[in-house]
Amino acid sequence: MRLTCPNCGERDRREFYYVGDAVALQRPDADASDVVWDDYVHNRDNPAGVTRDLWYHEGGCGAWIVVTRNTVTHEVLGCELASKVKEASA
Amino acid sequence: MRFSGLKVLAEGLSGNKGWTAHWRDAQPKPEYDMVIIGGGGHGLSTAYYLAKNHGMTDIAVLEKGYLGGGNVGRNTTIVRANYFLQGNSEFYSHSLKLWEGLEEDLNYNVMHSQRGLINLFHSDGQRDAFARRGNMMINQGDDAVLLDREGVRKHLPYLDFDQTRFPIYGGLYHPRGGTARHDAVAWGYARGASDRGVDLVQNCEVTGIDIEGGVVKGVQTSRGPIRAKKVGIITAGRSGLVAAMAGRRLPIESHVLQAFVTEGLKPVIDHVISFGMGHFYISQSDKGGLVFGGDLDFYASYAQRGNLPMKEHVMEAGMTLMPMIGKAKVLRSWGGSMDMTPDGSPIIDKMEGIEGLFIDCGWNYGGFKAVPASGWSMAHLMATDQHHDVAAKFRLDRFRTGVGIMDEEGTGSQHNLH
Amino acid sequence: MRIADKGLVDRTQRVTFTFDGQPVHGYAGDTVASALLASDVKLVARSFKYHRPRGVMGAGSEEANALITVGSGAQQDPNIRATQQEIFAGLETRSQNRWPTLDVDLLAANDFAAPFLGAGFYYKTFMWPKAFWEKIYEPVIRRAAGLGALSRQHNPDSYEKAFAFCDLLVIGAGPSGLMAALTAARAGAEVILADEDSIMGGRLNGDAGDVGGMGGADWAAKAVDELEAMPNVRLMTRTTVTGAYDQGTFGAIERVSHHLANAGGRPKECFWRIVAKRSVLCAGAIERPIAFENNDRPGIMMASAVRTYVNRYGVAPGKAVTVFTNNDSGHQTARELIAAGVHVAMVIDSRRDAPDSGDYPMVKGAEVCNAGGRKALESVTYRTMIGEEKVATDCLAVSGGWNPSVHLTCHMNGRPVWREDIQSFVPTDGMIPGMTTAGACQGSFSTHAALREGAAAAGAALEALGMDAGAIEVPAAEDAPYNVTPLWAVGGKGRAWLDFQNDVTVKDVKQAAKENFRSVEHMKRYTTQGMSPDQGKNSNVGALAVLADATGRGIPETGTTTFRPPFVPVSIAALGAGAQGDGFAPQRFTTSHKASVDAGAPMIEAGLWYRPSYYPAAGETTWRQSCDREVTMVREAVGVCDVSTLGKIDIQGADAAEFLDFVYCNMFSTLKVGRVRYGLMLREDGTVMDDGTTARWGESHFVMTTTTAAAGPVMRHLEYVHQCLRPELDVAMISTTEQWAQFAVAGPKSRELLNTLVDEDIDNDSFPFMGCGEITVQGIKGRLFRISFSGEHAYEIAVPARYGESLYRMMVAKAATMGGGAYGMEALNVLRIEKGFITHAEIHGRTTAFDVGMGRMVSAKKDCVGKTMSERPGLHGDEREQLVGLKPVGPVKQLTAGAHLFDVGAEPTRENELGYTTSVGFSPTMQSFLGFGFLRNGRARHGDEVMMVDHLRGVTTRCEVCDPVFFDPEGGRVRG
Repeated sequence: MRLTCPNCGERDRREFYYVGDAVALQRPDADASDVVWDDYVHNRDNPAGVTRDLWYHEGGCGAWIVVTRNTVTHEVLGCELASKVKEASA
Repeated sequence: MRFSGLKVLAEGLSGNKGWTAHWRDAQPKPEYDMVIIGGGGHGLSTAYYLAKNHGMTDIAVLEKGYLGGGNVGRNTTIVRANYFLQGNSEFYSHSLKLWEGLEEDLNYNVMHSQRGLINLFHSDGQRDAFARRGNMMINQGDDAVLLDREGVRKHLPYLDFDQTRFPIYGGLYHPRGGTARHDAVAWGYARGASDRGVDLVQNCEVTGIDIEGGVVKGVQTSRGPIRAKKVGIITAGRSGLVAAMAGRRLPIESHVLQAFVTEGLKPVIDHVISFGMGHFYISQSDKGGLVFGGDLDFYASYAQRGNLPMKEHVMEAGMTLMPMIGKAKVLRSWGGSMDMTPDGSPIIDKMEGIEGLFIDCGWNYGGFKAVPASGWSMAHLMATDQHHDVAAKFRLDRFRTGVGIMDEEGTGSQHNLH
Repeated sequence: MRIADKGLVDRTQRVTFTFDGQPVHGYAGDTVASALLASDVKLVARSFKYHRPRGVMGAGSEEANALITVGSGAQQDPNIRATQQEIFAGLETRSQNRWPTLDVDLLAANDFAAPFLGAGFYYKTFMWPKAFWEKIYEPVIRRAAGLGALSRQHNPDSYEKAFAFCDLLVIGAGPSGLMAALTAARAGAEVILADEDSIMGGRLNGDAGDVGGMGGADWAAKAVDELEAMPNVRLMTRTTVTGAYDQGTFGAIERVSHHLANAGGRPKECFWRIVAKRSVLCAGAIERPIAFENNDRPGIMMASAVRTYVNRYGVAPGKAVTVFTNNDSGHQTARELIAAGVHVAMVIDSRRDAPDSGDYPMVKGAEVCNAGGRKALESVTYRTMIGEEKVATDCLAVSGGWNPSVHLTCHMNGRPVWREDIQSFVPTDGMIPGMTTAGACQGSFSTHAALREGAAAAGAALEALGMDAGAIEVPAAEDAPYNVTPLWAVGGKGRAWLDFQNDVTVKDVKQAAKENFRSVEHMKRYTTQGMSPDQGKNSNVGALAVLADATGRGIPETGTTTFRPPFVPVSIAALGAGAQGDGFAPQRFTTSHKASVDAGAPMIEAGLWYRPSYYPAAGETTWRQSCDREVTMVREAVGVCDVSTLGKIDIQGADAAEFLDFVYCNMFSTLKVGRVRYGLMLREDGTVMDDGTTARWGESHFVMTTTTAAAGPVMRHLEYVHQCLRPELDVAMISTTEQWAQFAVAGPKSRELLNTLVDEDIDNDSFPFMGCGEITVQGIKGRLFRISFSGEHAYEIAVPARYGESLYRMMVAKAATMGGGAYGMEALNVLRIEKGFITHAEIHGRTTAFDVGMGRMVSAKKDCVGKTMSERPGLHGDEREQLVGLKPVGPVKQLTAGAHLFDVGAEPTRENELGYTTSVGFSPTMQSFLGFGFLRNGRARHGDEVMMVDHLRGVTTRCEVCDPVFFDPEGGRVRG
């Protein structure tokens, strides 16, 4: 499996650390309800198909990357810097 | 038909003409008391115990492919009861007891082999963590022995005791741990359930769950609608997709876990062994293949196949631990789809807010050994609407409330840390 | 038997090797199989279950029968295909799975018990009495099963792994692969051509036809010469591509030196990870057997293998060869045998309309229905409309048609489709992204089609790469049609083999269907068909055809099982190369490592690091003596300990303080420059992630320390928090763990020691407790932190790593003159337990700030990672197990870690369990064992007594529950 780091180019999967659904970027307010927080930390869409998840280029530039990817075929559809994605959503 | 050595002899002498189907291939009826979605190990055992323990037989098990085609048929077959947290400990202990009587109960040889499991440790800290585990196993009434380095050497003289990267300090020995023939477990339960009147329906994919006014009414399937008073979702690997049919999100991510088998070899590994400094566990099947596995590939996936980095990592762990296996050749690798929960422990619960809907899921990468007790507890829950004592802590709401989180690995009750 | 002047073996180089101790002669270029056949050795193996005599069946990696063990002693290598093992002088080979000898195998008794050993018999018996399974049945089954044996010794050979990259990977170097490689290479693409054989050419070397006006083998050799001369081509012989993975990654195993008497320093094997922008699969096809009674006799071979032995090795596999076929390619075998001067006894073609295509006796519309000769074929019986006839023959060449080698195309879950005209499964487009298929592996069986399609596939790949193939000239070659009429199994009463290796017969598949194992996956699992070393390469299609017939379905409807990697078995040593011994993980050494080793300290593993356990002094015989002395030394004088393994993260930026407020549960924005604060970091789920001290070096500059274990995860977490949650913050961070050597200097004389080293003396004003600042040591800039993990007046001094060793040696030498010295991990652990400091033994991932007694550190004034979730009801209250100190108060004075806690008088059962111990140590200061535990509602129970029960170690100790700070709770000493 290979991912294209926006900074470094195409690299082998073993350079990356995986952390899961990019929903992590949408952190609720501290005083949001327990249901909202439970949803944020625990519950997942977990789609069989296209998903967006977070990878860390640990063996490279140290960028966190939002990867758009198919969980059934493992096709990689896009890689963006997480900081850019977060800033765009802010 | 009752299976026995005599029966095999008699059939052999008369040309093996008398064997009959191990289970009936049922056509779905329009209505059942209960429908179980998923004909894997847990679904089949649930059906079996509903029939056996609760006398309920108007049940259909709906399987989208073939019975036992999911994780029950693609795991490394380890059976153990070596958990240390309240909630898990009693459950797996119960499961192991059921395993010990399973062949007699099912009249099916699932080849449950209590050859002993040794978890190796490689530091003082790991030793203490395993001591806590072993002590809890004994608290629970199960067996555990703390082996020092020489104790391990006696059992496993072929390990590399000279490597200094992660030297072997000792091991936690679980004599009642072992393996079983995975497919046979599914078939044995299928046969037992079918004999008791349960309808096993293969090639029947559930496409929707009918809910009216907060009450479950039945399911839509590729073979037409089926009405049911109670519905159990027991679809490990795809739990989230089926729960979504009921409008629910689960605290589950699906991950791929690979496993490996070598060509047949003469007996060489007599135990189940696990490495403490990298995910690697191994046993030898009765056919002679070394059966082993490691960690998740670590990315959400439904592909049931993995990639090279984890394959290589697993083999590397094997080579550092027991370099005698170097010349064994990997014949096949495969992947299972794992329901990963945040704390690594399962869920057997009612679906809150939907009467009659139940779920048994989240077995992470340890569902095989749980098959008997999971079915036992899920059957109890579906039949009585009460949690069984041994599975009372497997609640869905524990993540929201923080009550009874069971994080055996101590990696935090968040996704992707196990 | 050799045929004069035929084949590609080197007749000038005679090679002698041994098989079961007997010398066998062959020539350079022979495989074990060809040399054995040339020596008329028919019996080479025993089958898995019935121990049936078996001979060579094929000529390639798919060989189902002729598996042998190569070498002896630790080098013993089991389950090697005799058809692949090249011979060399001194090669030692043995047959497998027989006792006592290949010729007289007592386990062949199983063959006579076959009626009782059919499909799945073991699921129905061996259940009574229960205790017999582990003690009797299973050991007997295990001993009978298995093929070769491992040596039980550590692997003595070297194996390697490597990466390779290319524009185009061509898999298989038969006519299509060579043509594809030539086309792409001539266009300038970076090409890797991999083939599992020792010479490239594929069937061109085994068959007699011409290509481009010359012999096929000659054309292949010429193509290889051209490719070899091109700098953009890497030719990989003896290299099997084993798996197709995501984004153009392939696994491949190269058998580097299995064929050499002297490897000359080269590894046995190399496992390649090949990354290719495009790939062309030219894997060819595998001829399939036909099932009939006793079709596993030694001497019954695949027809194409017979041609290979004749043409490539110059070996006649029999004196009178019979051919049994259902398609035209069987006739090719007959023609080539005759051309080579080998007698063809008979061609038996199952097709009534078979063409007359040669000068040999032929019977049409006939089927071979039995074979005679137990250890070597003596005759076959065939059946026609009018009856049965027997033919004397010592070799039967069987062709049941061809199965395209679609395996790799299926590695990503793609399903091949059934083509009725060729009675085979073929791949469809796109099964592997970037891969095209060419030639026999997609069902085009003529040589010309292979060449044509190879060129076309390369052309398409080039186009996708933005390159131009130019004009492609495809050489002339035979382009005969492939006419096949399905014949899977010949009817009859006896056993007819489908899966030779696992001894699965037509009867087994039929019985499985009867017992409702009707799904192809169920049939496979119930009968074990396709689970043998060839993974069904020879048997899958035949078995599912039999199943389809037994269940009244068509073949496409019945479907196939899934081909999964690896395509051929791959040794664990190759896939795990580099890890044996100490190579599993990197080793990290501190700058003081050598000094500690010089001092005799046993080094223990701490994550990837090694740290000194203790420093034995003269006369000390146990670690406890050293540890006790070192603890006392720190409490009374001064000790030095390398703490460089702790993570050090440099954090800078205008918003660095705000950032730290967010990652730590306590406040850091209020920390003054030149001061240090203890910080607790939570995971988002509210459990403790790590702890450590962070110093404010400047207004916008912090220096964080983490625990040794969490250095990597914390760095990752900080970047996560910054990039994913708070990218608007002006902050940047970098790990400096390797850049600084850092040492703890602890004890009442610590300042005195430091003042002998630093250029400018320090005092309580310049470095008060929890102060920090720059110092210089002999002109070298360093950092000094007045922090303590022992409860003593203590410092941590950091210098650039290159000065670490000399500073450490200087400090230890100086300390020795002051009644102090070096201390190790054991003493460090006792010191911190005495003082009530926690480590990852306590913050083990399940505990919260509340649990460890730091609930009040979670600042109410701000949000931080983990704050909201830490407020969940289940993470607070009396039910939680809380950190407590434990002291023995009964007759047993020992504590152990990993024991459980119970009320006095309670049975030590799970139901009564109240907690557990995490860290223990003997305190020479308090003259008692001290321990930490987590006890339900523990903070409310200080002063109570509980029982610590360690079943495993047989220790039961009555303990008093107390505050975890045992020593100097007022903290006077750290401020001293």
